[in-house]
Amino acid sequence: MTTMTGKAIGGGARYVDERLTSANFIRRSMNKVFPDHWSFMIGEIALYSFIILLLTGVYLMLFFDATAREVIYNGSYMPLKGVPMSEAYSSTLHISFDVRGGLIMRQIHHWAALLFVSSIVVHMMRVFFTGAFRKPREINWLIGVGLMVLGLLEGFAGYSLPDDLLSGTGLRIAYSVGQSVPVVGTWSTFLLFGGNFPGESIIGRLYVVHILLVPGILLALITAHMMILWYQKHTQFRGPGRTEENVVGSRMYPSYAAKGGGFFFLVFGVVAALGGLAQINPVWMYGPFNPSQVSAGAQPDWYIGFLEGSLRLSPGWEIRAFGHTIPLNILIPGVVLPGIMFGLLALYPFLEAAFTKDKAQHHLLDRPRDKPVRTSLGVMSLTFYFVLWIMGANDIAAHLFRISLNLTTYMGQVALFLLPPLMYAITYRICIGLQRSDHEVLVHGVETGTIHRLPSGEYIEVHAPVQESQLVLSPVEPDHPERIEGERGPRALVSAAGRAVGSFFVAKKKDTSVPADQRERDDDTLTKR
Amino acid sequence: MTSTAAGFAAAGRRRRKLASYAVLLTALVVLGVTYAVLAPRGHAASTAEESFAVQKGRELFQTSCATCHGINAQGTQEAPSLIGVGAAAVDFQVSSGRMPLARPGPQADRKEAKYDRAQIDQMAAYVASLAPGPQIPQVDLADGDLQLGGNLFRTNCASCHNFAGSGGALTYGKYAPRLTPATPVQVAEAIRTGPENMPVFGPSTFDDHQVNSIVKYVDYVTRSKNPGGLALGKFGPVPEGLVIAVVGIPALLAMTLWIGARA
Repeated sequence: MTTMTGKAIGGGARYVDERLTSANFIRRSMNKVFPDHWSFMIGEIALYSFIILLLTGVYLMLFFDATAREVIYNGSYMPLKGVPMSEAYSSTLHISFDVRGGLIMRQIHHWAALLFVSSIVVHMMRVFFTGAFRKPREINWLIGVGLMVLGLLEGFAGYSLPDDLLSGTGLRIAYSVGQSVPVVGTWSTFLLFGGNFPGESIIGRLYVVHILLVPGILLALITAHMMILWYQKHTQFRGPGRTEENVVGSRMYPSYAAKGGGFFFLVFGVVAALGGLAQINPVWMYGPFNPSQVSAGAQPDWYIGFLEGSLRLSPGWEIRAFGHTIPLNILIPGVVLPGIMFGLLALYPFLEAAFTKDKAQHHLLDRPRDKPVRTSLGVMSLTFYFVLWIMGANDIAAHLFRISLNLTTYMGQVALFLLPPLMYAITYRICIGLQRSDHEVLVHGVETGTIHRLPSGEYIEVHAPVQESQLVLSPVEPDHPERIEGERGPRALVSAAGRAVGSFFVAKKKDTSVPADQRERDDDTLTKR
Repeated sequence: MTSTAAGFAAAGRRRRKLASYAVLLTALVVLGVTYAVLAPRGHAASTAEESFAVQKGRELFQTSCATCHGINAQGTQEAPSLIGVGAAAVDFQVSSGRMPLARPGPQADRKEAKYDRAQIDQMAAYVASLAPGPQIPQVDLADGDLQLGGNLFRTNCASCHNFAGSGGALTYGKYAPRLTPATPVQVAEAIRTGPENMPVFGPSTFDDHQVNSIVKYVDYVTRSKNPGGLALGKFGPVPEGLVIAVVGIPALLAMTLWIGARA
């Protein structure tokens, strides 16, 4: 039986190989080594969410009709029976109430969309704080930023499709932000919406953007992202046997294929559980879009929330000159600020390389504490983003926590400028403290818990010297070597991998010697290291 | 003779005087009787009952409300006049526990009612006796039109109370409350009397059918079961984002740790 199966597989493989000469490629691919560290799987959450989005999206496409044509709803949802609405909204209600499995598909689709953007953000945080974006991986960082921005656009377009009251309010804001751009704003929004808001065209146009244009680009960029990753190989954390020249981990087949394949089903399971258990975007309660109506607490999906927050925090400044009004209170928070934020995000690898004059190739990752400036900049930026994000929901926070709405706005305006520098200082201190703690361990050894009493009556704790096998040598000098005291100097900065504190980002390997067959040679790389 | 003549004349004057008294008396008697017959007569029994309710209501008012609203409900620096607010306002405020006020603040909070049904009716009767005002509305959910109510709700109510009546923040600590705990009568009373910061929607804005429709929609949207699972407070995308941040991502990160540990 086994031999027969083997023969069949062998025969099939030979058939393919004789035509595509792919055996070499497949053999190399199956032996490709992936690092084992958990943080390398976060990007996969985004990839698997995208697959779930494609699968559920196709199902929804079968029943959704993206037209603004007015119809009279005649489905199962009683409070809207006989109410005039757009075909888009009516077909969304139809999917929710009258298509078998329609509601859970819609909910899985929406939860997967939230997860897609969330996991991209968490993945970017991993890449940022460990320095994985450094040369030669800046291009992949740029592609990643592009994927995130397109993810936001894709999400917003999808959120706007049902033409319900909430999404219509969001489109109204987007329209106004577009109009705030001087000179071209009015005409470009007219072009996009096919005239004045809301018009008849925007739903159909967003549909094309949502199901064809952006997913197509996303798919192409994801492919490029992964091909570059494949070609450049993974980065890895420092550890025994790991150098700038190799990758230590598990082979693609069978180990990593099993892990990745299993993880796909775990991601699908979590999203399906959310879709089945937690209601998301109950469009039937919002009602059909009507420009004269609005709901309290109208918010976008979380990833657009920071823009909502920046609009809410903005003071009412505007310039009126020569018969024109430039609404700075919309232009700055709605257009200029996100432009700066995404611009800095995209350019960060190049800025860091320029400021540190670091032109070397890097394949070993930094621990965040060893690069206190980068880590603190990251925390500072995240704090700025987080304040904007929270302020996008300030009315709901004010309502639930019984705070004055006006007070939350003032607090947000102050916090936006006060908290980020404060968090920079705090993070910097923590990084330095962790470095010192590492240094302490190196110089004085590991606490044993054994207390000795000396004849003089003094109590001392016995420290055991760090074993050579516990050391992870860091060839990278910290940003501020002068801050590390002690005679052994910065080059000996180590981490005792056995210690619980401070080993969060260090992969723990049980054995220090790496078998030769687990190392992947990188002779086929173009880059000279 | 002269004296006789003079005596007749005097007697004649006296008779005329008497006659005029008689006429006046007769006229008064006739008027009085006519008035007594024609004048509108109240129902003697219910008048007595109402006055009893008003009297009890006044007593309750003077123990619990007069400190702020004034001894004759004329209003003070602390609280508005209640003359003309009607029974509906009293019933809404007291039955929803908002009055008596627990503490001064931007707005009265809903809490458990301090008075029972009979006492609330007595207070309402007292306040209604001061001046005409809106009566406690008769809500007929069967008369309501769910679709009309939904449209009216989205146009007039959702901008403060949110699309599902979950409530929302107003300026400086004021808020539009969650509608879930409100009874249909209380919703109708709020529409008619405009408590706290809410505008008044009088009979010239909404007729009774429209009020019934709105109340029916509120009842539906706050009490119907939720297709699709947990409603997450019916606040829209904010709790949804929180769920992804505190449930979805942490669950998946825990799974990456689990898989990573099996390397």
